[in-house]
Amino acid sequence: MDFTLSKEQEMARTLFRDFAEKEVKPLAQEIDEEERFPTEALEKFRKYKFMGIPYPKEYGGAGCDMLTYEMCIEEMAKVCATTSTMLSAHTSLGTWPILKYGTPEQKAKYLPKLCTGEYLGAFALTEPNAGTDSSAQQTKAVLDGDHYVLNGNKIFITNAGYADTYIVFAMTDKSKGNHGISAFIVEKNFPGFSVGKKEKKMGIHGSSTCELIFENCIVPKENLLGQEGKGFVIAMTTLDGGRIGVAAQAVGIAEGALEETIKYVRERKQFGRPLSKFQNTQFEIADMMTKVKAAQLLLYRAAKAKETQKSCTQEAAMAKLYCASTAMDVTTRCVQLHGGYGYTREYPVERMMRDAKITEIYEGTSEVQKMVISKAALK
Amino acid sequence: MNIVVCIKQVPNTNEVKLDPKTGTLIREGVPSIINPDDKAGLEAALRLKDTNGAHVTVLSMGPPQAETALREALAMGADDAILVTDRAFGGADTWATAHTIAAALKTIPYDLIITGRQAIDGDTAQVGPQIAENLHIPNISYAEEIKVEGDYITVKRQFEDRYHIVKAKMPCLITALSELNEPRYMTPGGIFDAYREKKIKIVTRKDLDVKDGDIGLKGSPTRVIKTFTKSPKAAGTLVSNLDPQEAADYMLEKLQEKFII
Amino acid sequence: MDIQDYKGVYVFIQQVDHKVAGVSHELLGKARELAGKMETEVTAVLLGNNVSDLCKDLASYGADKIILVDNPALDLYSTKPYAYAMCKVIEKYKPAVVLYGATAIGRDLAPRVAARIRTGLTADCTKLDVAEDGTKNLQMTRPAFGGNIMATIICPDYRPQMATVRPGVMQKIKPLENASAPTDKFSVQIPESENDVQILNVVKKESHKMDIQDAKVLVSGGRGMGSPENFKLLQNLADALSGTVSSSRACVDAGWVEKDIQVGQTGKTVRPNLYLACGISGAIQHLAGMEESDVIMAINKDETAPIFEVADYGVVGDALKILPLLTENVKKAIADRK
Repeated sequence: MDFTLSKEQEMARTLFRDFAEKEVKPLAQEIDEEERFPTEALEKFRKYKFMGIPYPKEYGGAGCDMLTYEMCIEEMAKVCATTSTMLSAHTSLGTWPILKYGTPEQKAKYLPKLCTGEYLGAFALTEPNAGTDSSAQQTKAVLDGDHYVLNGNKIFITNAGYADTYIVFAMTDKSKGNHGISAFIVEKNFPGFSVGKKEKKMGIHGSSTCELIFENCIVPKENLLGQEGKGFVIAMTTLDGGRIGVAAQAVGIAEGALEETIKYVRERKQFGRPLSKFQNTQFEIADMMTKVKAAQLLLYRAAKAKETQKSCTQEAAMAKLYCASTAMDVTTRCVQLHGGYGYTREYPVERMMRDAKITEIYEGTSEVQKMVISKAALK
Repeated sequence: MNIVVCIKQVPNTNEVKLDPKTGTLIREGVPSIINPDDKAGLEAALRLKDTNGAHVTVLSMGPPQAETALREALAMGADDAILVTDRAFGGADTWATAHTIAAALKTIPYDLIITGRQAIDGDTAQVGPQIAENLHIPNISYAEEIKVEGDYITVKRQFEDRYHIVKAKMPCLITALSELNEPRYMTPGGIFDAYREKKIKIVTRKDLDVKDGDIGLKGSPTRVIKTFTKSPKAAGTLVSNLDPQEAADYMLEKLQEKFII
Repeated sequence: MDIQDYKGVYVFIQQVDHKVAGVSHELLGKARELAGKMETEVTAVLLGNNVSDLCKDLASYGADKIILVDNPALDLYSTKPYAYAMCKVIEKYKPAVVLYGATAIGRDLAPRVAARIRTGLTADCTKLDVAEDGTKNLQMTRPAFGGNIMATIICPDYRPQMATVRPGVMQKIKPLENASAPTDKFSVQIPESENDVQILNVVKKESHKMDIQDAKVLVSGGRGMGSPENFKLLQNLADALSGTVSSSRACVDAGWVEKDIQVGQTGKTVRPNLYLACGISGAIQHLAGMEESDVIMAINKDETAPIFEVADYGVVGDALKILPLLTENVKKAIADRK
């Protein structure tokens, strides 16, 4: 088992770290306070071809491997969780389903635009009554001649309002339960589609999280993704990949908080010496370093599994479960080590703690991950 | 149009520290980078590739690990890379280095050669002009704003208090300043292509038309007889815990003591 | 090449706009010292067009002889015509040593000459000595590795031994009274083929500021000054002290100030009577540019800042608070004296 990165992965990591430090970090505080979408980062991601990192060159992707892509999310999350959310939702959730399940025509039409970043992608599964119980889809899709008519609404959709395409799930045959859900590629200007209320959140303030409204929305027949009834499988397999992205985000947030805290405890003096000279601080740091490292290893293992195994469900679930809880734990402790200053906006750790929480919730709550893991273990 | 950019892999001397106990350089863990002036030269070449469709080759003379710098240049968008490497070239001063690089350049087509003004480890700024002399082509140093029109290149050539606008017919050599531009980042796809699709051409002693007496340590007219770190100055006095007015009064006292005022 | 045939310490005299550069005078001063040890003479080499009247001061600054190459092709500096002329001088007169100022001209001309003649060149020397082992080789000491180490270099088997030296490193001698030096008018036919770079335009940069290298007092700011607006505090103190404002590289890179006031390895080397470093941490590349100052004072919030290792007087504190108070103190003290 080789734990070293290849030369190209090393160089890619250096690129992502440099880029994050110089191009993303300076705006992180501002986009959090102003709750605004990271349009600057998006522009730069497009320019430097970060929008299709793990996807094949033939579709305009960068042709890199999964691990390289996850490292990009990790490095971006270290400095700005909002920015990493935008990129991972676009890449893992908004683009992957088309690559895996799309017809040649759909792939040719949408992938190049998504992989080059000309289009921003999004994924719409969650509804007011279908969160963890995602199979309880109420949005309906009825076939009418050469098009489907969609009615219903989605909530908590990342990149909403900025995305060009949305992978939307809707019920085509209620009698079949899970097997009655279908997936559609919805373009932002399809008639009957609109973006509704924007959520005000605890963290990832700059991420655009909105309601989607379908009022007799016309979706051409050619935009059915996969077959009717295959929607649930598409959603679940997509989320497997998305979960690895969230795990990467969580690891990044934890690493960022730890880095800031190590800097802080070296400088801050109380009782005549730097905090780093107190054993409590030292032991906290040691503990957090180890947890973060363990989380990172689970993450990388999941990334490798996605690339090399038929299914990566278990690895992805374990990675997300552990990395998210690590991020929450580490960021909380980091705020504590900062003391009063950590509670103010002058230091980034309070933002990191607020940002960390979402990783335990979206793309399948930690409880869902436990359901997935125990189901396999106990069968 | 063929552009060859000469780059050097250097330790990031901005991060090198002195070991306070031994007074020697701590070289471990210091990352290696493409010399900043060279990177600006590379960016200038890549911009000419973007606008004029130029073909960009990067060349570096160095030990095998200089390959990483060449890969980085390829990942930024260079088309080809050449590593000039051989134990026989080791220990070369600027004369022998320029002579060797020029010999390698003579084996490939070039219209424009771009080098950085100086490397952050050697700091001499000599190799660029010396390569030009070996190739008997004009060199324009301290270049900003490069424009290509047909066979001619027009450059803003910097001096301390002025600049000249100069025009020369290619082939010629220019040395670039890091102030010339903001070099682009690599792309992730570029990195993977650099390692998986591109091959670096290796040029060794036997591939070059040079004499043993003109390369490496033997070919170097200058020789280092001693290296040392500067001795620490006699300790000054440091005062702390003064409020601003007290500090200002203290400093006035010292200024008067030293007859500054 | 027979080393023994090469004698004399030569100095390339840089002239621009019909003015001799200060560094050339400094090098004449150093050349005198070296020539004394080598038991030889100092020769100034002046290249230009209609520049014979510039010869008159060279003797008082230390030249024993002058070689003048006056040629229309040398009117404005251009690499190849100047290199051609310089090489012809070297071929004819066979100097043992040639010194150049490490300026935008010198650092371009000298390497070209060295490559053509096939001899050694050492850049940015901070010390020049003569070996006492019988060889009388020139020992050239210079910083390397971004200023982190010093190296001493010799050119034992080739001639001339050439070196470039930064302005402000060597010191001019006190002008000699009634000095005179014979001028040798050396005519060089510069072939058209050497004139392959056309100068289309010469544009001078507007600058009414005193060059920091000429200033006796420098009030210098670094990143710790916080913002470009705060540089006003430095200017106020500089005015009170009849000094000039300079800066570390960080402020230049951040776009707060122009590069011409940057002190350091890639900026200028200064040796003022007083160097006051405010909010400058003291990275080695910066120290390389100012540590030869007579008196160094520093203000910095961080008591572990490396600047305090070279400062004669260091104050741990907030420069933004101290500077205005110090400026008032100085103004009052000067007024009181009057």
